[in-house]
Amino acid sequence: MATVTYSQASRHYPGTDRPAVDKLDLEIRDGEFLVLVGPSGCGKSTSLRMLAGLEDVDNGAIYINERDVTNLPPKSRDIAMVFQNYALYPHMTVYENMAFALKLRKTPKSEIDVRVKKAAAMLQLEDYLSRKPKALSGGQRQRVAMGRAIVREPQVFLMDEPLSNLDAKLRVQTRSQIATLQSQLGITTVYVTHDQVEAMTMGHRVAVLLDGVLQQCDTPRALYDTPANVFVAGFIGSPAMNIKTVTLSDDGGIFGQMVLPLTRDQIAKAREGGDGKVTVGFRPEDCQLVSASEGGMPIVVDLVEDLGSGANVYGHTAINGSEERFVVATERRTSVNLGDTVFVKPRTDHHHAFHATSGVRI
Amino acid sequence: MSTVPVPVAEPATAVGRVRKRLTSRTASAISLVIALIWTVPTLGLFISSFRPEADIKTNGWWNFFTDPKVTLDNYQDVLFGTSGSSGRLATYFINSLVITIPSVLFPVAFCALAAYALAWTKFKGRDWIYVAIFALQIVPIQMALVPLLQFFNIFALEDEGSFVQIWFAHTCFAIPLGVFLLHNFMSELPGDIIEAARVDGASHARIFRQVVLPLIVPALASFAIFQFLWVWNDLLVALVFVPGADSTPLTVRLAELAGTRGNDWQRLTSGAFVSIIIPLIVFLSLQRYFVRGLLAGSVKG
Repeated sequence: MATVTYSQASRHYPGTDRPAVDKLDLEIRDGEFLVLVGPSGCGKSTSLRMLAGLEDVDNGAIYINERDVTNLPPKSRDIAMVFQNYALYPHMTVYENMAFALKLRKTPKSEIDVRVKKAAAMLQLEDYLSRKPKALSGGQRQRVAMGRAIVREPQVFLMDEPLSNLDAKLRVQTRSQIATLQSQLGITTVYVTHDQVEAMTMGHRVAVLLDGVLQQCDTPRALYDTPANVFVAGFIGSPAMNIKTVTLSDDGGIFGQMVLPLTRDQIAKAREGGDGKVTVGFRPEDCQLVSASEGGMPIVVDLVEDLGSGANVYGHTAINGSEERFVVATERRTSVNLGDTVFVKPRTDHHHAFHATSGVRI
Repeated sequence: MSTVPVPVAEPATAVGRVRKRLTSRTASAISLVIALIWTVPTLGLFISSFRPEADIKTNGWWNFFTDPKVTLDNYQDVLFGTSGSSGRLATYFINSLVITIPSVLFPVAFCALAAYALAWTKFKGRDWIYVAIFALQIVPIQMALVPLLQFFNIFALEDEGSFVQIWFAHTCFAIPLGVFLLHNFMSELPGDIIEAARVDGASHARIFRQVVLPLIVPALASFAIFQFLWVWNDLLVALVFVPGADSTPLTVRLAELAGTRGNDWQRLTSGAFVSIIIPLIVFLSLQRYFVRGLLAGSVKG
């Protein structure tokens, strides 16, 4: 049971001109499942490794339960980590792998046995305790790595993309298992992934990072509904939000003949240093296909991804002379064909506006 | 579904093609023949060692097949004989073991520790130290003999002390290559395993003993065999650093076996076989540690 606090924590690799993690401020509550997400190279793994003690903290501090752990070695932090490639000890059996950390702490043999058996039962590994890792499948190895963390009963779990080596189906299955397990155990968890679907489905809160800078940290719903800037808006959600920088009028953003209405407040903010432009975004699923007379934007269909439950329609249109691409998620059984021209109208009040130069939500 | 068998594709790379040719039947047959030819001199030596002195000195070993005469006199002579130049190999056998075993264990232990430090701990100047140790391989042994002797003179070691001298010398000469070999092997271990052990609460000593050592057993075994053969067959270092006649190893004794005027050279055959036995045992018993795929299942990808 622990809280974790990053306070202005930075990591600057020698020989690079910008920090890998830049003044990270983050508070993780007791028992919370926090997901760090971002594109590769955004510093999410580095942040996690700083918390683990595997990476130096150049500036700022990290606290676990208000205890400053910034300069403590990993073993004094009472954390357990699950690695992307599992990092099992190949010469030890599953049982020995899970018992290793406990043995190091001189836990009595009988207690080790109880805890390992309990964790093995949770993870359906009882039949494999005497096997070596090489005799296990990928999913089983992943569970052993989880088990090795669970038996420790640590203050904090750290997971570094633990699902990325599993195949798609197993990944979805294990995703829900991990989330369930975490809520059963109630141990504070920091989870790193590059997959926004994983982040949205597993996290109590999600922290989005880009270039070492924290962009936004909030609940999945809040990230989806009110992204703090253009990057978060484009990163969260699949297919990605349609985001275009268009000319600003007195009523809103001009998309060809269509105008996306903005409030007076938003227009005023967009005008400040916005150079007469505004960045407007609307999600593919917040659109309707309408008839030509209803004032939608005409789009020529380039590609239709039929998912069964619905379809993603990719198309293009010309705005101010340049070709712009759009994605629209249509409902089930709407038939759209390649080369058709459809008329798209975003649902009222479901679009997002950002400052054209700074990208900040307005 | 097509029923036509897929033709076996020619491997794309040159190495692939060479490998394929090398695994063919003709290649196997040729290598078998070569192996046989290579073994013939050893076989001749072996047969000679059982022939009577008169036979050895008058005709070649192949005459054994037409006129088989077997005797154990040569072995009796070299192992337990009491005359000045003959024998007492049994004693020198022990000397060789006393010299060789520590001269293998010390370098293996020191090199493994040094290699771990150079591969998995961070400190300033690490790369320079590694390069410096590696570069020491260039120095020929002969150049180090005199300085080492001067160094030992400071301590004025005598008799039993001569063993310490030779252990020290062999260890010194082994370290550059040993560190190089073990370091390369160790740094190939996946870093995640080491980090997992650190997070699990293991100290460096613990990681070295319980995680790294079990995984580098093949490298340790090959270095140990290599070093064993080197020390066991060494004549030069032994001649220089073992002054007392009672503590010289087999090799020195073997060189003296033929007698001062070289008239007793029939002993050399059996002497050679006595000295081969231990390296053979060592090689065969350590061979089982050459296991491939020790790391299988640890990390993916």
